[in-house]
Amino acid sequence: MSAKLSRQDIARVAANDIPDGACVNLGIGLPTLIADYVPAGRELMLQSEQGLLGLGPAPAPGEEDYDVINAGKFPVTLLPGASVFSHSESFLMIRGGHIHIACLGAFQVASNGDMANWTVDAPNQIPGVGGAMDLAAGAEQVWVLMEHCTKEGEPRILDRCTYPLTAPNCVDRIYTDLAVIDVTETALVVRRMAEGWTLQALQDVTGAALTLAQDWSVYRVPAARGE
Amino acid sequence: MIDKRVASLAEAVAGIKDDSVILVGGFGSSGRPADLMEALLDLGVKGLTIIANNATVGDDIVSELMSAGRIRKVMCSFPRGLKGRTIFDELYNSGKIELELVPQGTLAERIRAGAAGIGGFFTRTAAGTRLAEGKETRVIDGQTYVLETPIKGDVALIKGLRGDRWGNLIYHRGARINNPVMAGAAKLVIAQVREIVPLGALDPEHIVTPGVFVDRLVEVRNERQT
Repeated sequence: MSAKLSRQDIARVAANDIPDGACVNLGIGLPTLIADYVPAGRELMLQSEQGLLGLGPAPAPGEEDYDVINAGKFPVTLLPGASVFSHSESFLMIRGGHIHIACLGAFQVASNGDMANWTVDAPNQIPGVGGAMDLAAGAEQVWVLMEHCTKEGEPRILDRCTYPLTAPNCVDRIYTDLAVIDVTETALVVRRMAEGWTLQALQDVTGAALTLAQDWSVYRVPAARGE
Repeated sequence: MIDKRVASLAEAVAGIKDDSVILVGGFGSSGRPADLMEALLDLGVKGLTIIANNATVGDDIVSELMSAGRIRKVMCSFPRGLKGRTIFDELYNSGKIELELVPQGTLAERIRAGAAGIGGFFTRTAAGTRLAEGKETRVIDGQTYVLETPIKGDVALIKGLRGDRWGNLIYHRGARINNPVMAGAAKLVIAQVREIVPLGALDPEHIVTPGVFVDRLVEVRNERQT
C-alpha cells in the first residue's frame, strides 16, 4: 500500500523543516496550516502580508480578533515580540528579500522552477493574484505545498506550466502528498518519498523527469517531542 | 483652529460625485471603512471605480454597492470571495463590471507612489508574467524589472481606531494595512474612527497617520463588521 500524506501532515513536515529563526510568509490554503504545527522550542517570525509579523496559532474559541487574521482571512494570534506595520512596509519586507521563505500553494510547478497559482484561465473563473507574485519574486526561497496531482489525477509537476505564470524560475522546493522535491539548476531531485513509493511509481504521476537523491529518506511526519 | 471632525456619516461623504475613483482601505473586512461605504450607498452615487485590496469577500457592504449597480470597475489584487461565488463573479462573468488585477504589493506601492509624488517605480514583481504584458521593462543588475505607475484617487475612505481633530490616526492590528498608505493618495481623504480623542491624547511617537493627510474625520462607535 502506497501512503499519501494528509494536508495537515504536509504542513507538519514543512513546519518541521523550517529552521529556527526564519522569517516566513504563509500563503492561502495549505501553507497557512503550518502556523499550527511549529515544533515546540522553535522560534519563527511568521509574516502576514497585511502587515503582521510574529503570528501564532489559531486562537481559542471566543478569543478571536478579526483584525489579526492570516492570508486566508482566518483568525490567528500575535506572539510576544510581534509587530504591526503598514501594507507598504509589509511589501517592502517581501519585495526587498527580507522574507527567508515564502510557503505558497500552487496549481502547477515546472522543472525549471516556474510556478502558476493565480488563474486557470477558464471561462467563469475569477482570477486572484493577491501577494503571490510579490512573494514569488521577492522571497529568498519559495516552497510550494500542493497535492501531487489534480482531483482528476493530472500531474501538477510538469516540464512547462500550462497555466499563466506567477513568476518564472522561482520555486526552490515542493512538498506534495507523495514526495519532497528540490528544484535545482539541473534537475528535480526527490529528497523524500512517502512509504511504499518507488521512483518509477512517482515518475508515473509526474509530468517532468525526476532524479532520486542518493540520500533520500521516507517522507513521514516527524514524531512530536514528548510523544 | 484646525478641526476636521464632522458630525455624521452623511456629512463625511457629502460632495462625492458620480464616476469618482475611490480608494478603500482594508484586508477583506478587516480595516475596511464599511460605515463610510454604507453612507456612499445612501448618497446614491454611481459609476464608481473602487481601488482596494479585495473586492467583496461575500456578504458585505461592497456586495451591497455592487448589487445596487454603483460600481463600474474594481482595481484589486484578490477579487474572489472567501466562501465561493459572490455578486462580483456574476457581474464580472456577465461583463457588467470591469476588473483590473494588480499584484498586492504593486498595488500598495503604486498607491504609495501616488501619495509620495513619485512618478513610478521598477519592480521585479510580475516580470515574465501576463500581468506585466505591455509594460516597460528594464534590466537592472541582471534582473528584469517592470515599470509601474502611481495611483491617485478622487477620494480615499479609510478606517482607524482613534483619531483627533487634527486628523492624526492610530489603527488596530492588521486593520492598519493600506489605510495609512491611502491617506494622502486622494484629493479628499475621509476617515472613520471608533473614537475621537482630545488633541494631545495620542502620543506623537505612536501616531501612524499624521493629520496632514486627513480631510474629514467621523466617529462611528458601533461600526459595521463587514
